[in-house]
Amino acid sequence: MSQPPLQNLIDEHADAVFRFLCALAGRQRAEDLFKETFLSALRAYPRLKDASNLRAWLFRIAQHKVIDEHRRNARRPVPIAELPEAPTCGREEPDESLWQALDALPAKQRLAVLHRFVGDLTYRDVAGALGISKEAARRNVHKRINKLREVWS
Amino acid sequence: MDVSYALVDSPLGALVAAVTGRGLVRLSYSEADSDAVLEELARRVSPRVLEDRAALDDVMRELDEYFTGRRHRFELTIDWRLVPSGFARRVLQATKRVPFGRLTTYKDIAGKAGSPGAARAVGNALGANPIPIVVPCHRVVHADGSLGGYTGGLQRKRYLLRLEGAL
Repeated sequence: MSQPPLQNLIDEHADAVFRFLCALAGRQRAEDLFKETFLSALRAYPRLKDASNLRAWLFRIAQHKVIDEHRRNARRPVPIAELPEAPTCGREEPDESLWQALDALPAKQRLAVLHRFVGDLTYRDVAGALGISKEAARRNVHKRINKLREVWS
Repeated sequence: MDVSYALVDSPLGALVAAVTGRGLVRLSYSEADSDAVLEELARRVSPRVLEDRAALDDVMRELDEYFTGRRHRFELTIDWRLVPSGFARRVLQATKRVPFGRLTTYKDIAGKAGSPGAARAVGNALGANPIPIVVPCHRVVHADGSLGGYTGGLQRKRYLLRLEGAL
């Protein structure tokens, strides 16, 4: 399958990728991560072997950017009084409890939920982005959504 | 970027214009079907096709000057890669040298491309011109004075020739 013009990819998926990055890293950091994501996509695009699932491919890059950034920051010592439980994202949503519950999930499950509901990826795409089977993606999301529902209500 | 493109306004309707690092690679009247134009560029040049008006500054300026009668010669460099090398490319390169306001014939271009008898094949090569206006295939007509064909339709050919004072 030949690759569509890169511009199509940006027109179709940029908003969803940005929302995903906002949810994962907060709006301020999302802007830089968004640029990095598309720069990486730009570089890698002509060499892409399998163009059958471009949306999942793009989200996988975005996800790597967040993880890379997180690792960079983790290595940089910051003097604070108390270690936070989960990565702080500087989000300013009115209700923090859902985000906290989300942050407390293991990384893969958190990403599965975000890909599904913030990125609006299908289970096939969630599986593609996380490198797991479609069934595992569905299980991950369902299990965690039920957990989050408990917290939320 | 491998391919930068923009939609450019003109008196003949919006044009899809695309450049590479080598120069102008495509100018198309098919604004309504710009997707097909961009897909062809992705397939034949590089999938890194991005909208970037700034990269088209020179193209837009020269086209604007041409359409307002202030430019008789395009200085833009051309990326010929969408034209098969050989006869078709020789035809378009010979056509590129036909000056503003001058008419020439299919037969004459055939001779300049090294195949004096191939007037009909010249018509085909011009019909597939990926860069009309700048590669002025509208200046090529039949020896009997009839206009022949044109990629963008005869109305556009007539418009361009009137603009140049050749009709």
